[in-house]
Amino acid sequence: MGTVIRHGHDRATSGAKVANTPHSDLVLPYGDQFNDGIVQVSFTLPVAAGALAEEAARQTMKLMGLEEPQVAEVAPIGENATFFVGYGKLTRPVELSKLRIAKPMWEELDQITINRLVQETLGRAMVVVGAATGQDAHTLGLDAILNYKGFAGNRGLEAYSALKVVNMGSQVPNETLVAKAREVSADAVLVSQVVTERNVHLANLTNLVELLEAEGLRDKVVLVVGGPRITHALAVELGYDAGFGPGTRPQDVASYLAQEVARRVLN
Amino acid sequence: MLRLSLDAKTVERCHEISENITSRVIDELSSLSTVAIERTVARFAGIEGVTADGVPLANVLVSHLVEKGKIHDGVAIHLANACLALGKTPAGISEMISRGEIDISNLEWQGTEEVTRKAREICKDSLDKIRARRAEREVLLEQLPVTQTPWLYVICATGNIHEDAVQGRLAASQGADVIAVIRSTGQSLLDYVPHGITTEGFGGTYATQANFKLMRDALDEESHKLGRYVRLVNYCSGLCMPEIAYMGAVERLDMMLNDAMYGILFRDINMERTFVDQNFSRMINAYAGIIINTGEDNYLTTVDAFDAGPSVLASQFMNYHFAKKAGLRDEQIGLGHAFEIDPSIEDSLSYELAMALLVRQLFPDCPIKYMPPTVHKKGDIFTSHVLDSNFNLVSVLTGQTIHLVGMLTEAIHTPLIQDRYLSIRAAAYMRQAAKHLGHNLEVKRGGLLEARATSILDDTLKLLERVNEQGLFAAITEGVFAGVKRLRTGGKGREGVFKKSRWYFSPVEEALRAGLSGESLGEGPIQD
Repeated sequence: MGTVIRHGHDRATSGAKVANTPHSDLVLPYGDQFNDGIVQVSFTLPVAAGALAEEAARQTMKLMGLEEPQVAEVAPIGENATFFVGYGKLTRPVELSKLRIAKPMWEELDQITINRLVQETLGRAMVVVGAATGQDAHTLGLDAILNYKGFAGNRGLEAYSALKVVNMGSQVPNETLVAKAREVSADAVLVSQVVTERNVHLANLTNLVELLEAEGLRDKVVLVVGGPRITHALAVELGYDAGFGPGTRPQDVASYLAQEVARRVLN
Repeated sequence: MLRLSLDAKTVERCHEISENITSRVIDELSSLSTVAIERTVARFAGIEGVTADGVPLANVLVSHLVEKGKIHDGVAIHLANACLALGKTPAGISEMISRGEIDISNLEWQGTEEVTRKAREICKDSLDKIRARRAEREVLLEQLPVTQTPWLYVICATGNIHEDAVQGRLAASQGADVIAVIRSTGQSLLDYVPHGITTEGFGGTYATQANFKLMRDALDEESHKLGRYVRLVNYCSGLCMPEIAYMGAVERLDMMLNDAMYGILFRDINMERTFVDQNFSRMINAYAGIIINTGEDNYLTTVDAFDAGPSVLASQFMNYHFAKKAGLRDEQIGLGHAFEIDPSIEDSLSYELAMALLVRQLFPDCPIKYMPPTVHKKGDIFTSHVLDSNFNLVSVLTGQTIHLVGMLTEAIHTPLIQDRYLSIRAAAYMRQAAKHLGHNLEVKRGGLLEARATSILDDTLKLLERVNEQGLFAAITEGVFAGVKRLRTGGKGREGVFKKSRWYFSPVEEALRAGLSGESLGEGPIQD
C-alpha cells in the first residue's frame, strides 16, 4: 500500500499539492484540505478550570493520537469539572481495502413484491411476533416498525397483507415472548431494545437466544433485533439473524424477512 | 404581548364539554377504591417498613385484608380497630400480620364511633407533616426566590441516587431551576414501591421515599448556596400513583408527573385503576401544594405532531378539569405539550409558535410545561442543538413556565455532564436574549399563526364533542388519543380495583376533601 500522506504543518505550503493527489485507499479525516486529518473533540475532565486543566486536556488529546492539539474552549462547568472543545490532527490513515464489514445480504423490495414473495414461498401469511423485552418500556421503535401507521410515511408491517403481526408491547419477559412464539407458530421474532444502560440489553438478548435454543425454536424462527444501539454485526455476534439500527424503516425489515424466509424455504 | 384572537364561545364550549366528560368519569368511578389507595392510607397511618424479604408492610396489610375479603371496607377501620383491640400502633399491627400472628378481620369490634376516631387519629401525623412541608416550601420560596421564567428543567437518570444528587446539584449550579430524577424503566408496573436508598436502576433511579429525601436534602443545600430554590420532580404514575404522591408530599417534592391517561395509553394500565388512583393522588398533590405535570407530549411521539394538535389540546382540557375536580388550583396544573413537528415541513416553526401560544393563552394561570423536540433528533448533535434553540425561542416568546431543556444528544444517550451544560446554557441565553421580545410583537390578525390556532381549536371542540357523545372510556377504546386503543376491562392492575362497601371509611380522603375545600389552607397563590 502507498505511503502515508502527511501534511506539512503550515497550511500555506502543504495545501494544494496534496489535495490534488487524493489516494483512494488511505483515508484520514477531512477538515479543510484532503487528508489533513483534522478532528474536533469535546470532553469534560474532572479538574477545576485553570492552567493545569488545560494542560491535562492537551495531554488527553495526545493520548487520543492527535497531533498539534489545540484547546479552543475551556469552560468551567462545576467546582471540579471543566469542559473542553479541541482540535487536533490524526496522522494514521485507515486502509479502506483492508476493512471487513458485515453487510446485510438482502435488497429492498416494495410492498407488493414482499407480499407476493411471502405468499409464494410459504403459501400463507408469515407470522411475526414483536416485543420490547426485559425491562424495556419503550415501544416507540417497535411500534414504528409494526403499527399500521409506520414511520416517516413508510407503512408498518401490519399494513402488509402477507404478514400477520402480533405486537406484544413493552416489558415482555423473554419467557413470555418464547411462549407466544410457540403458541402462534411464529415465523419471525422481532425484539426491540432501547435501554442500553450498563449493557443490560446484551445479557437480555443473549438470554433470549438461549431460551429459544432450549425450546428447540431457534432454527424455526427468523430472529431479528432492532434499536438505536444495534448494528447488524452486533446482532449476528449475539446469535441473531439480523440487526437493525437507527433510521430503519418498516420496509427494510419486511424486505429482509421476506427474503430470509424465501431463502430458508428454497434451501 | 403576543395574543391570538380566538373565538371565546368555542373556548367556553370546550371547557363545558370537558367538565362534563370528566365529571361523568369521576361520578361513575366514585364507588371504587384500589389496593394502591389503601396502601397509601396505610402509609399515612405510619406503616413504612418492609419485611425481611423486602415486601412493604403496606402491601402486607392490604394483601391480608384482600385475602380475608375485607378490603371493601378500606384498611383504615380494620387497622384502627386492631390498634384499639390489641393496644398496638399501626406499624406494630402490620408487623404482627407479616409474621402471621394475627387476623385483623375477625377481631372484636370496638364500636363505630371509637374506631372512626382512632382511624382519624392514626393518620393525623402524616397530614400535619404534609402541611408543614408545604409551609416550609412557601418560606423557602420567599427566602430563595426564583426570579426568572421559564424555569429550566433538566433530568438526571444515573440509576444511583448518590450520583443523581451530585449531578442534580451540578445542573442547578449551571442554571437549572428544576431537577427531575427519572425513574427506573418499568417501575410504573411494579405493584409496590421499592424501599430504601438505591444505587442500581435501568435507565433511571427507583423512586423510593429514602431516595426522595436524599435528593431533597442535596438540592436544599444547593438552593441555599445559590440563593435560588431548586425544585425537585418525580413521577407519580403507574400502579403506585397515590403512594408516590404521599411520599412526594412528605419529602417536599415540588412537582410530580401525573397524567390522567398516560398509564392507560402508554403502560396499558387498566382504565378504572388509572382514573381512580389518579384522582386520589391528585388530591394529595393538591393538599401538598405540588405542581402536577401532564404528559401530552407523549402523544406526539406516537402520532404525527402536525396532526395531533387537537388531541393534545383536548387532552389538556380534560386533564385540566380532572385536576380541578381533585382540588388542584390553576397554579398547580402544569399542562404539557411539546415542540415535535417535523422540522422539514415548511413553516414548522410558525406552527410550533401557534400551538405554544394557543396553549399558553387558553390556560393563562397554569404553569405550562413545554417539552423539547425528541422525535426528529438523530445523531447529528449540532443540528439537534439548532432545533433546541428554536424551541427555546418559542418557549420564551410565548411565556411558557416550565421549560424542559432539550438535549443535543437526545437520540444517543442519557445526557453527559457537558450535554447538560451546553443545553442549559443555550436555554438561559435565549431567556435573556428574548426576554421582552414577546411583549413587543403582535400576532398578525388572520395570518398564518391565527389560522393554525383557530383550526386546532375548532378541531379540538369537534373531538371533545365526539368524546362527550361516546364517553371517555369508549373514546379510549377507539384509539382517539395517541392512536392507542385500550379496553375498559383490559390492562394491568384491574384486579386491584374494588367496590367500596357501605362501611368504607377513609380518614385520609375525608381530611383531604376538608382541606381542599379551602378552609384549612387559606387562599392566595402558593407559588412564587
